[in-house]
Amino acid sequence: MTEVTRATAVPACEPPSPETRLELYRMMYRIRSFEKRAYDLFLSGLVKGTSHLSLGQEAVAAGFGLAMHHDDWSFATYRGHAHTLARGVPMTPVMGELMGRACGLMSGKGGSMHLTSVEHHMMGSYAIVGAHLPIAVGAALSAQYRESGQVAVCFFGDGATNIGAFHEALNLAAVWKLPVVFVCENNLYMEYTPIAAVTAVARPAADRAAAYGLEPLVIDGNDADVVYSTANELLDQARSGGGPSMVEALTYRHGGHSRADPGKYRPDDEVAAWLERDPVTSYRARLVDAGLAVAGIELVEAEATAEVVDATERSTASPPPDPSLVEKDVFADGGATWRN
Amino acid sequence: MAELTYRNAVARGIAQEMERDPTVIFLGEDIAAAGGAFKATVGLLEQFGPTRVRDTPIAEQAIIGAAMGAAMTGLRPIAEIMFSDFFAVCWDIVATQIAKTRYMTDGQITLPLVIRSGNGGGSRFGAQHSQSVENWAMAIPGLKVVAPSTPADVVGLLAAAIRDPDPVLFFEHKSLYATKEDVADGELLDQLGKAKVLRAGGDATVVALAAMVPRALEAAEDLAGGGIEVTVIDLRSLVPLDVTTVASSVAATSHLFTVEENPRLCGWGAELASIVADECFYDLDGPIVRITTPHVPLPAAAELEDLALPSVERIAETIRVRLG
Repeated sequence: MTEVTRATAVPACEPPSPETRLELYRMMYRIRSFEKRAYDLFLSGLVKGTSHLSLGQEAVAAGFGLAMHHDDWSFATYRGHAHTLARGVPMTPVMGELMGRACGLMSGKGGSMHLTSVEHHMMGSYAIVGAHLPIAVGAALSAQYRESGQVAVCFFGDGATNIGAFHEALNLAAVWKLPVVFVCENNLYMEYTPIAAVTAVARPAADRAAAYGLEPLVIDGNDADVVYSTANELLDQARSGGGPSMVEALTYRHGGHSRADPGKYRPDDEVAAWLERDPVTSYRARLVDAGLAVAGIELVEAEATAEVVDATERSTASPPPDPSLVEKDVFADGGATWRN
Repeated sequence: MAELTYRNAVARGIAQEMERDPTVIFLGEDIAAAGGAFKATVGLLEQFGPTRVRDTPIAEQAIIGAAMGAAMTGLRPIAEIMFSDFFAVCWDIVATQIAKTRYMTDGQITLPLVIRSGNGGGSRFGAQHSQSVENWAMAIPGLKVVAPSTPADVVGLLAAAIRDPDPVLFFEHKSLYATKEDVADGELLDQLGKAKVLRAGGDATVVALAAMVPRALEAAEDLAGGGIEVTVIDLRSLVPLDVTTVASSVAATSHLFTVEENPRLCGWGAELASIVADECFYDLDGPIVRITTPHVPLPAAAELEDLALPSVERIAETIRVRLG
């Protein structure tokens, strides 16, 4: 298993309050429950196309989601269900979008890989690897120019660190000292190939940070407490004019890259070791050890389960999108007219 | 009224809009301190300062990505791609991100941005700095595509593009930067999607774009000497496309010629010819004829490049021969 280096630039923090910890657990459990249901819906044919689940990576989305201000922006990848839920988007429109129903977050026009909710400052899930890093830089430029105090947070996978846009974005963010936090979710595999097999350095994000004057920062991305305190630190830095930062959060997919991938290229002992470090179950044990009432934890779990059931029922009952949507909203006048 | 070059019209258009709207910012390579590789943006840094007029690294994905991110969060950025050939370097952000975002998000995200670029041949720069790529953009749903041919149109259409709520690719023609004309003082605001009839004649309709417009006009003058009178239309914008102006002219002349700088396949004239064949078939008295660059990369040597691009002589001769 890959050794986990603790944060080098984040000072040791007090653990979050019990209330915050329960909310971190709630978010992780909601994401876990949602993603399991999404997988079941694939198998039953109700979700078509493709989808990329965050099972095993819940702590990164939950930790940042809780630390961000309401008007901070999220930019996520095609593995974006978790980051969408973590910004407070209700389950039903997310589920409905996966299922291509009228109740979907984008009325079924985007699909699983493009979840967006501007109302929640979830500014999109981007399905071309690395494309959204410069876009997040642009949002940060807007925040700096308007002096709005907002921060752009850009989540990406380890595979994105080898694409040109990653380097262009980091450089420009550093040169203009923009309020953006780059969060690499290093789950050790791009799609099917280990990132280490095709990358010149051991830490695909952190080992590149120094090239742009940033602190190399590697954290345990499966520990919600660590993610949450790191997020607070880096968001504060960005908000107070300290410029960009990047953190590499080590984590692991419980499943394959996407719906079609059983993930057989990963050694059994590696998978087993990471399953032992499950961010959800290990965090639950920690909360119990810390004295949180089990009844309270079980209530959180029951509420999340009920929410998934409700979202599934509502989405299944929702009609397909209106046919008029095919030629709607290509342009800002609401239509698709390109000629007179 | 004062004389204005096509080059200076760019800076005038940008300055006009930056003065009226503080959310307009401008970014690109060498556009600030150096005043642009073609000196089309001289003075903007001095007038508006480094917060609004920003030199960037040579990083087209970062430039266009930043413009997109800024546009979706309250600004109206203008980004420059120095040579339009460099669109290929950032085509993902232009064609796959910017063009599709409003549609995919069910209208949640609006992207009011302009990407200006030096387009086209005739400057002996060779195949990688001379392309006419407006048809690349035209093929992507969600982009508006503008290509002015005169200084006044540069100012007015640039203003319209900046105020437009959709992403606009604004193609300036490199070989036109030195051209000049008298332009009215004060604010100029034009309209996207309106072609202009520049010369009236009953024998044929000749539609041209950007640097092909002055060539078409010169060819028309030459043809008039031989008794052939043609209408010359400057299309000015490919999306939106002003079919009405072209169709009503074809109804009067019964013949259509397009003059396109792009290589042969899938140029804008092919789309226009298809529309006219479909909708104006019974107005036509002869084949629709496209006058284009052959389907080749542009050569560097002056003699070869001049042979490749539609010349005044080739335009006039083709029209003369095909009209019989």
